[in-house]
Amino acid sequence: MDPATIVFYMLSALILGAGILAVTTRKIFRAAIYLLFSLTGIAGLYFWMQYEFIAAVQIIVYVGGIVVLIIFSIFLTHTGGMDMPAALKSRKLFAALAVLSGFLLTVTQITRHSFNISGKVAVESNVRAIGLGMLGTGEGGFALPFEVVSILLLSAMIGCIVIAIKNPSRS
Amino acid sequence: MSPIGLNHMLILSTALFFIGVYGFLTRRNLVTLLMSIELILNSVNINFLAFNKYLYPEKLDGLFFSLFIIAIAAAEAAVAIAIIINLYRSHQSIDVEDADSLRY
Repeated sequence: MDPATIVFYMLSALILGAGILAVTTRKIFRAAIYLLFSLTGIAGLYFWMQYEFIAAVQIIVYVGGIVVLIIFSIFLTHTGGMDMPAALKSRKLFAALAVLSGFLLTVTQITRHSFNISGKVAVESNVRAIGLGMLGTGEGGFALPFEVVSILLLSAMIGCIVIAIKNPSRS
Repeated sequence: MSPIGLNHMLILSTALFFIGVYGFLTRRNLVTLLMSIELILNSVNINFLAFNKYLYPEKLDGLFFSLFIIAIAAAEAAVAIAIIINLYRSHQSIDVEDADSLRY
């Protein structure tokens, strides 16, 4: 086994192990921390695939943004120190059955299908190429979705303020 | 042992996706439901980048798609948390069983 293979399996174990703990632990704060480890492992996987820019974006947006947001919302909404109630046995059983059958079905399809692995030389994914593609209007340019996402982020920001603002007449 | 190929990445992302689905089906707390959704979105991102790396290495389209997915996921998480905090203010609870005002 070469080192890259070993690193891939270690990253996979981190991602899946932390993911399973994040959805099964009954302490909500620990669930957020396990989610943080899982997302960091995914950033490591992007580094392993040599997409450094997207790995950096993953760390900045998910680990630095979304997980911190989730932890703050836990602080604001959770009555401290209590475990979450365990899910019903029957619900757990049926969820596990559905998930396992779906997983096996998908894995069977993946292993049966033969993909046309391309032998072409990889284009360099440096920041310059990404920036030119992001603002390009020709072939392979993503200027329109870039602008639409900026509108979406603006409207999400305004929407958050409108939803979460305290209504003085009610309180 | 074979070198890591597309199938390994796809099986990893499938496992992560169904871990998220399991959490979505069993959890009853809105914040943990949001965490499960984040896991599902990340498995989609892994898929896009793996297809880009192994099937179309001469393009960068998968990378742009996952960048846009990350941006939309951030917006979605922010709006969801605003709704959760507002719900906690009006119902004093963020359990999905208590959020049934829109049911009938």
